[in-house]
Amino acid sequence: MELTRLKCWLLAIGFVVLVAVPPLVTAMDETFYITLISRVMIFAIAALSLDLILGFGGMISFGHAAYLGLGSYAVGILAFHEITNGWLQLFVAIGGSAVVAFIIGAICLRTSGIYFIMITLAMTQLLFYIGISLETYGGDDGLPTDRSEFAAFIDLGNEWILFYLILGFLVLCMYISWRLINSRFGMVIRGCHENEARMQAIGFPTYRYKLLAFVVSGSMCGIAGFLLANLTEFVTPEFMHWFRSGEIMIMVLVGGMGTLFGPVVGAFAFLMFEEIISGFTENWPVIFGPLLVLLVLFAKQGVWGLLPKSKAGDG
Amino acid sequence: MADPILKVEDLMKSFGGVVATERFFFDIQQGEFHAIIGPNGAGKTTLVAQISGMLKPDSGRILFDGQDITGLSVAERSHLGLARSFQITSVFRHFSALQNVALSIQARQGHSFRFWKPAAKDSSLTEPAMKILSDLGLADRANVLADNLSHGEKRQLEIAMALATDPKLLLLDEPTAGMGAEDSARIREFLGGLKGKYSMLLIEHDMDTVFSLADRVTVLVYGRGIATGTPEEVRGNAEVRAAYLGEDDAAHA
Repeated sequence: MELTRLKCWLLAIGFVVLVAVPPLVTAMDETFYITLISRVMIFAIAALSLDLILGFGGMISFGHAAYLGLGSYAVGILAFHEITNGWLQLFVAIGGSAVVAFIIGAICLRTSGIYFIMITLAMTQLLFYIGISLETYGGDDGLPTDRSEFAAFIDLGNEWILFYLILGFLVLCMYISWRLINSRFGMVIRGCHENEARMQAIGFPTYRYKLLAFVVSGSMCGIAGFLLANLTEFVTPEFMHWFRSGEIMIMVLVGGMGTLFGPVVGAFAFLMFEEIISGFTENWPVIFGPLLVLLVLFAKQGVWGLLPKSKAGDG
Repeated sequence: MADPILKVEDLMKSFGGVVATERFFFDIQQGEFHAIIGPNGAGKTTLVAQISGMLKPDSGRILFDGQDITGLSVAERSHLGLARSFQITSVFRHFSALQNVALSIQARQGHSFRFWKPAAKDSSLTEPAMKILSDLGLADRANVLADNLSHGEKRQLEIAMALATDPKLLLLDEPTAGMGAEDSARIREFLGGLKGKYSMLLIEHDMDTVFSLADRVTVLVYGRGIATGTPEEVRGNAEVRAAYLGEDDAAHA
């Protein structure tokens, strides 16, 4: 995966703009945008993690919100029991997501096609209803929570610091994903997407590779959940609703499946569009729906995919 | 005498009431070029699927290099040295020719739970892959996406991927499928060059290819092997003439 010069420049510019957001909007006295862009970046991580299995691995998981929920409940439930150490919460968010992704993946990956989609959906709905039934932790009213506590110099109570922490995680997740998809492991995952029967014929036991990709993807989305709980200071089963899974999937589609930066672009496009248009009308999906249809019809590789490609295929 | 590289014993497979493989016995000696022919619906595809591990036989055994592989998966068989090409071109269309072959090399180098180093810059993958492409005369097409190769080139790449797994037995499922006379002749020449270097099982419709290359031919009709022998013996077999070659072909022979 080589990037064209154009894409490298766009990425660099995008990064610089993000770094400049907090001082800029503070100067403009529009600090609300710090929260909005923080939210966008969190969903960018979630969409990126979904794209690892959806775009690269060809596994159409319609239940990715599960890990968003798990990551956020790791913060909420631990904080409820007065365990506010951020490192520990992060560890539980990632570890818990990994364990659940392993169990869900181990079952779902025995199926394929429409069955895979339906079972991932069903599994996530199961978690959603478990969330609702957890009366101790607020049930369907949700659970207000405090922000995680790290060492003194990372004070998440400060919106700027939270913003830069989220940006740091986004860059880290992008870098890890980039290494991953170009590695031997990544080649196997992409090969399984293209032609699983052939992968087995040349000697790859594909199931275990796909399962690990599923776990990595779920864990990464767990990080997004951890950050989301910190941003909203609230956790709710709504984070795991199938509607949320659909939104994350739409972000991937809008930005460009099977590209590294497409999901990030998609998360920005989707949430900014929602923000702007919902200012005019609360029926914003009426406008968004047809746009999405047009995009899927005429730009199958999403917004990022409209940019020129390098010869060898790229991200 | 060494074990045959492949030995199939009393293989049975049926789908509902349809018997696709019936009491099938055959073997391939080390270094042999063995061809299986048969009319459409004879059960060739089902047989390939069972030997390669995509289908489990109802009963019977498959021995590879002396080892019972009947219960092994496709991937496990591949690791033992059983490589196959596909009747319907089955390359990774969005990978370059080089990446296609490099994936096969990667498969034979043990597990691929390696997450950091870029595979494209790994010379232990790209160098042997490039060598195989060069041997096939595809070196100048190495960086072309497989999708953009000609049909003939795709068929060659198909075989290159099987060769790259360093096989003991090559199972070639109609390598000339969908090819014109010129391309078929090129593949025939290429397979002739492989003869003696690998044990090979060729499933083929193209009689020229079969009779010019095979050491032995097995004729499959309605799931049963009705004759095995040298091309001359098979050509002269009355039952084969009746069942397969037909009156016209028999008259020419």
